[in-house]
Amino acid sequence: MPPVPSEAPLRIDRRAGSAIVWILLLTLPFWINATGGYTELGTRVVILALAATALNFLLGYTGVLSFGHAAYFGLGAYGAGLTLKYLVPSTPLAILIGVAAAAVAAAVVGALIVRLRGIYFAMVTIAFGQVFYFVAYRWNTVTGGDDGLSGWHRQPIDLGIGTLDIFHSSRAFYYLALAGFALSVGIMAALLRSPFGRTLLAIRENERRARFLGIPTDRHIWLSWLISCIFVGFSGTLYAMLNNFADPHDLRWDQSGDFVIMAVLGGMRSFWGPLIGAAIFVVLQDYISSQTENWMSFVGLFFVIVVLFFPRGVLGIIGRRSAS
Amino acid sequence: MQRFSMPATSRRAILKGAAAVGALQLASPFVVTARAADTVKIGLDDTFTGTYAELGKNEQIGCEFAVDEINAKGGILGRKVELLAEDSTSTDTGTAVQKAHKLIDRDKVNFMLGNVNSAMALAIGEVTNQAGLLHIVTGGHTDAVTGKDCHWNVFRVCNTTHMETHAVAKTLMTKFGKRWYFLTPDYAFGHTLQSGFEESLKANNGKELGASLIPLGTTDYSSYLIQAQATNPDVIIVLQAGEDAVNCLKQAVQFGLDKRFHIAGAQQELEVLEGLPPEARIGTWVFEWYWKQPNVPHLTEFVAEMRKRNGGKVPTARHWFGYVATWTCAIAANQTKSLDGTKMAQFLQDFKLPPEVALMPNDPFYRKGNNQLMPTLYVGHAQAHGSDDPEDLFVIDEEVKGIDVALPVDQTGCKMTWPT
Amino acid sequence: MTQLILFNVFNGLIIGAFYALMALGLSLILNLTGVINFAHGGFLALGAYLAFALMPTIGFWGALIVAPLLTAVIGIAVERVLIRPVYGRDPLYSLLLTFGLAFILEDGTRFIWGPATLPFSVPSWMAAPLSNRFFFLTGYRVFMVLLVTVAVVALFLILTRTRLGMRIRAGTLDLETVSVLGVNVRVLRNLNFGLGIYLAGLAGVLAAGMLGLQPTIGSELIMPSFVAIIIGGLGSLPGTLLGGLLIGIASGVTAVFFPSATEAVIYVLMALVLLVRPRGLLGEEGRF
Repeated sequence: MPPVPSEAPLRIDRRAGSAIVWILLLTLPFWINATGGYTELGTRVVILALAATALNFLLGYTGVLSFGHAAYFGLGAYGAGLTLKYLVPSTPLAILIGVAAAAVAAAVVGALIVRLRGIYFAMVTIAFGQVFYFVAYRWNTVTGGDDGLSGWHRQPIDLGIGTLDIFHSSRAFYYLALAGFALSVGIMAALLRSPFGRTLLAIRENERRARFLGIPTDRHIWLSWLISCIFVGFSGTLYAMLNNFADPHDLRWDQSGDFVIMAVLGGMRSFWGPLIGAAIFVVLQDYISSQTENWMSFVGLFFVIVVLFFPRGVLGIIGRRSAS
Repeated sequence: MQRFSMPATSRRAILKGAAAVGALQLASPFVVTARAADTVKIGLDDTFTGTYAELGKNEQIGCEFAVDEINAKGGILGRKVELLAEDSTSTDTGTAVQKAHKLIDRDKVNFMLGNVNSAMALAIGEVTNQAGLLHIVTGGHTDAVTGKDCHWNVFRVCNTTHMETHAVAKTLMTKFGKRWYFLTPDYAFGHTLQSGFEESLKANNGKELGASLIPLGTTDYSSYLIQAQATNPDVIIVLQAGEDAVNCLKQAVQFGLDKRFHIAGAQQELEVLEGLPPEARIGTWVFEWYWKQPNVPHLTEFVAEMRKRNGGKVPTARHWFGYVATWTCAIAANQTKSLDGTKMAQFLQDFKLPPEVALMPNDPFYRKGNNQLMPTLYVGHAQAHGSDDPEDLFVIDEEVKGIDVALPVDQTGCKMTWPT
Repeated sequence: MTQLILFNVFNGLIIGAFYALMALGLSLILNLTGVINFAHGGFLALGAYLAFALMPTIGFWGALIVAPLLTAVIGIAVERVLIRPVYGRDPLYSLLLTFGLAFILEDGTRFIWGPATLPFSVPSWMAAPLSNRFFFLTGYRVFMVLLVTVAVVALFLILTRTRLGMRIRAGTLDLETVSVLGVNVRVLRNLNFGLGIYLAGLAGVLAAGMLGLQPTIGSELIMPSFVAIIIGGLGSLPGTLLGGLLIGIASGVTAVFFPSATEAVIYVLMALVLLVRPRGLLGEEGRF
């Protein structure tokens, strides 16, 4: 993402850091088992990292707090699941339809709420998210209700030169998810580097001044919201295919909270922040919940500690260290 | 085989000990997870937090007891048995699937058990089927598990909704009348329960006065109770489970409906009755297992031993599910002298549980063709206070053979494709 | 049919009163400090469990008085240690903090009292219908409405007649000026938080009389309270009260025609209000 004036210290190391991250991600299926993990854990990290990065497009770079992103994540998930179950057994089409569903919903809701700010915006996003949650939870005949949407699975992708069997090979699916992640963060980074992205930063820094400069801030925030939701929806489609299942919980407000904490934990103002946040959060939750059934206390405590002691996130701290 | 008689511990317990060794594991979470390779591992992917936390925990206690017994008797194929328990949460199926992958891909479990939540049972079943692992569903009741979504490797201990409704319907009609109103939780489990009852009503010229499809997780039942009493039925059929059942019954009794109509339903659990204030412990129900049955061999010893492990409380059907599921794994492996999923699944077709595991009359068995256990069902009524034990909250009026109330295999919708 | 609907309107008012009680506490905290307290449901559960624990020794009435007070004391302590540091920071942080706190409270109650549903009885004379025709008016529900009325009146008296209340109201409008005028803002926020949590504890005791006592009891009740606040308008306590009653009636009536939409309807109502009047029914212009 574009260099932010206040975070200059990381700039020198950025290339080296990026290279290390990509190498680690590309080789992940080959070393994760040795560390006691498993491929699906890596896939989950990458998919949720995509969701957190997408949320951060809005949160970290436009300065708008959404606590209802799970709705669009879930819409992507159900869009993909319903397509595979009822329409066509095609993975690319499932992704496309899932993303489209999230985009349409986000466009409409966004138009309704774009005038609201701060805490009010956060509350309303939660509440609107719940509408979609209840639709998924209650509309038994279509969504499977509480039982979730099952009886379908991701389909191998025909590449023309050969078939990528993402159904039987969890490694193949990991690389599909990684490709999706790379593509998405690439697009988001490019957007942020464009004049549009600069404008978003200007709105984040001082909305009133931006408006005085003649920037239609509402429309920019709406666009940023839409872009963010589209990529969250994309990660939702991948998540549904990871589990071969879509579940109302994907749309619930506590899922939204998880995305926010991932972004904050890693560092909202850093390129790799949400990825690192997602990795720490997913691995920690996976690990603690195997050790103790009181894992909720630990996760809760973790939230509290991050807020009180590491509000700038892991990368924020490193950035500050190297600055001094 | 005496050397295998050391008590089994869940991984949790082992790691509690390990935690004392040092904070090392917090710094490097994966380092200490290496375990002795020669143990046989049973994975339990169940609900330990959220709404179904109590049910999941009780199943786990039953599993742990069985594992201790199995180890005391020589383990599985002469190897020590270890139970690896993972929390699936109560609502997030994604987590349940993830934990199934974790148990299979990382921990290399030989068996899978769980889950209380039907949706999770189905989703985990897909994962175990792909891995060819013997999987025993402990407590998800939806018909699909051994019906249209059945798999050759997935067995189930608890009953189908069809069995539960057909077990109790006749009693209700002869004792209380044939004009019913349904309070149905609006999801697959509730729908199948209601249609099970409707079948019986139709066959016996009964009348359905109406049904409220009530959202799952509803906290206020008054609107629906208002509608139910307006039809003046003989019986109000309450099909809610767990917390919903507590809320619904509690409010029905506060409205005095139990004094005007008979309250009944299908599946009921001791956990629910214990969560109700005494005045709301009412109605006619089906229990899937009960700790107090006359003339059942090994039952007294089982109850006494479980009380020790369960903080003095009696075992419930949930404990029994976990216990039976775990023992089934051990017997299947020891009898076939193999840990091969296909071999064990084939062995279990029409397999009759031995009495020390069954703990109920009528020789329960796993029915060939859809892998559903055919146990005894207990029709009876709830009581406010036990006469000689505070936890004796259910009175068995009738014992029904599972096979008499189950759908024939060809009508369950189950079509299995065995691996070639 | 008309009778059925009328019954459900009445019934919705009763339920709405309960939502309002919970939402008022939430609103009180939000208005003064800008903190959305996600942990409100956790405190509600805590109040209910404390009442359950106290009942054998001091009875239902004793528990009804003591349990909310104890909950408030715990709330005050939590505010001092955890929430105070995030005032004045981006609302993001208070959201995350209370979100984590909600986890801890739910898990804490499960750790102490276990996951099992506990039997919570109310005095038997209250657990019976007052008349055959209006059978849904049980003593307990009438009592509940009375208690909510008393609590609301008391709250408004506190806010309008006492020095603390006037400072809270002044602080809601402009905390900086109040501070400059020599009011100890820290103490003010602290007591205000305690007052909000007291209402949560009270709602908890009431809820336990109707519902099964489970660690998740609070998390199911918190969302409607959010909606009540949004519908009523941020910053307005009468608005919150109105919002609570409205969603109670809306979901009660919907239950007659279309039960599966009983929850969704309150969010639809909210969307409508936002469309027509973005600040909420009684919200002040330009406050948020």
